[in-house]
Amino acid sequence: MASSTMTRSTPAISGRVALARPRGSGGQLAVAGAAVIALAIASMFVGVSDVSLPALLAGDQTAWDIFWISRVPRTISVILAGMAMSVAGLIMQLMARNKFVEPSTVGTVESASLGILVVTVAVPGASLLAKMSTATVFAAAGTALFLLVLRRIPLRNTLLVPLVGIMLGGVVAAVTTFFAYRYDLLQTLNSWMIGDFSGVLRGRYELLWIVAVLTLVGYLCADRFTMAGMGQEFSTNLGLNYNRVMTLGLIIVSLISAVVVVNIGSIPFLGLIVPNLVSIIFGDNVRRAVPWVAVFGAGFVLVCDIIGRTIRFPYEIPVGVIVSAIGSAMFLYLLLRKRESRG
Amino acid sequence: MIHVSGVSKRYGTQTVVDDVSCYIKDGGITSIIGPNGAGKSTLLSMMSRLLDMDAGSVTIDGLDVNDTPGRELARKMAILRQDNQLTVRLTVRDLVGFGRFPHHGGRPRIEDKAYIDQALDYLDLGALADKFVDELSGGQRQRAFIAMVLAQDTDYLLLDEPLNNLDMKHAVEMMRLLRRLTDELGKTVVLVIHDINFASCYSDNIVAMREGRLVHQGAPAQIMQPEVLRDVYEIDIRIEEIEGNRIGVYFA
Ligand SMILES: Nc1ncnc2c1ncn2[C@@H]1O[C@H](COP(=O)(O)OP(=O)(O)OP(=O)(O)O)[C@@H](O)[C@H]1O
Ligand SMILES: [Mg+2]
Repeated sequence: MASSTMTRSTPAISGRVALARPRGSGGQLAVAGAAVIALAIASMFVGVSDVSLPALLAGDQTAWDIFWISRVPRTISVILAGMAMSVAGLIMQLMARNKFVEPSTVGTVESASLGILVVTVAVPGASLLAKMSTATVFAAAGTALFLLVLRRIPLRNTLLVPLVGIMLGGVVAAVTTFFAYRYDLLQTLNSWMIGDFSGVLRGRYELLWIVAVLTLVGYLCADRFTMAGMGQEFSTNLGLNYNRVMTLGLIIVSLISAVVVVNIGSIPFLGLIVPNLVSIIFGDNVRRAVPWVAVFGAGFVLVCDIIGRTIRFPYEIPVGVIVSAIGSAMFLYLLLRKRESRG
Repeated sequence: MIHVSGVSKRYGTQTVVDDVSCYIKDGGITSIIGPNGAGKSTLLSMMSRLLDMDAGSVTIDGLDVNDTPGRELARKMAILRQDNQLTVRLTVRDLVGFGRFPHHGGRPRIEDKAYIDQALDYLDLGALADKFVDELSGGQRQRAFIAMVLAQDTDYLLLDEPLNNLDMKHAVEMMRLLRRLTDELGKTVVLVIHDINFASCYSDNIVAMREGRLVHQGAPAQIMQPEVLRDVYEIDIRIEEIEGNRIGVYFA
């Protein structure tokens, strides 16, 4: 990739460079997938209590219990959340036709939290499913509001779009914080806003599997999302029902965000960094990009979660914090590098 | 045929397309000319259901553009707008490939690839096929977009200023290509064009607009007249006959 960046501006050999550009073959994807599996296995052996391979092999019952009740569910949730939030970011970017948005910067995540707060206050002891559905409805409403505001902005400035999103999200977050304060739920609110896998246990995370299905739907509708990303006129010319695709995207993004926020908490910037990284390397053809976004997303969150558990061992740093820190630095680097290569 | 009847568009109190009617018969090139802001793009957008009209109707082959299923229409008519910005990062080949979507609905077949290769070839994009569209020059990008609508392989092709950004060689090649598409494949091309001499040399029919109204319509010989062009553009244009084509001289 480095070489293609450097020679990009030399027209004489551009044809050759184009051929040499990584296109994300199936083989490369398999290698990346294997790396994620390796990380997943490593992740299962990190933690305070002692679960080691020898202990498992020796048939140590406590080790096996911890393994099945905590480690495996945790690793699965990390993979599911990482993958789904990254794909949700990609879809959000196509819908807003802007590379600098993702569910936590357009009000989706904030609205989901408001939804959980409302149901927590209104129906104490509401089930997880009830929380999730309310969060989804709120998330969809917040995202729809953002998209409607976007339609009304005559000048689609690249930086204006994320600013509008951050503003809307800020307003919703302020309202949420106010009510959380009033009802003495600030602490609880915090647990939704900062993603954290430490609470994941068997029997309490299974609803997260919903996001796997949603990611798959996103993949199956990949061409349609790419076309929506080309704009309403392009989509219409190609015979696509633009509003229907936007509605589908809205549902996928809101559901994924709500499910992840309820079960894990927000993982900010993930949906921004991963799709951008993939886009720079492989481009945006969603059909090709989704598998890469999913694999990168899962791998990235796995790494962040492992770091979060080891850096201050035996204490744990929430994954949301690690993702934001590493992610924003990485994103900045990518942005600057990209600009340099364009001259 | 394309039948435009009594089409109007208003923005606030301004009527930008005012009761335009015209009839475009099958086969051949129709050029829409007129000064900036005359309503050419607006008319073309309404003809291609990209923009809702306030009055009137447009039918293509008897199908009303506003109540024919999108995909059916997309197999009959392709439209390329005046300025196209792509925010998604696609390679030229991927972009052109989307032109086939109305036909395969997401499941490409073998013959689709042939259409894509042919469109790339027509527009001289072979060497650029695997480059990202956002890394192309303005003219190369314009050719990539045109290749996409060509791959769509529709009977009707509506192009808003297709010569935008093209150098002389590619502009001439583009017009020759459009001529070939109409002569050999019987396609119907409607384009908005600013160069009246290209319109004169390559069209079968010219439609002139001014201030939202259709003011003149006819064969190039009828439109390429100093009085007519003065009426449209409000400048004096001398007409010379060169190799059987009427050429307007407006540089001095
Ligand atoms: N969305 C809009 N809102 C308000 N006015 C508009 C809008 N779109 C176009 N107009 C106005 O409609 C008129 C016709 O615009 P149109 O784009 O059709 O012109 P045109 O003939 O294609 O011009 P050009 O040769 O510059 O492309 C212009 O006066 C323009 O200002
Ligand atoms: Mg125009």
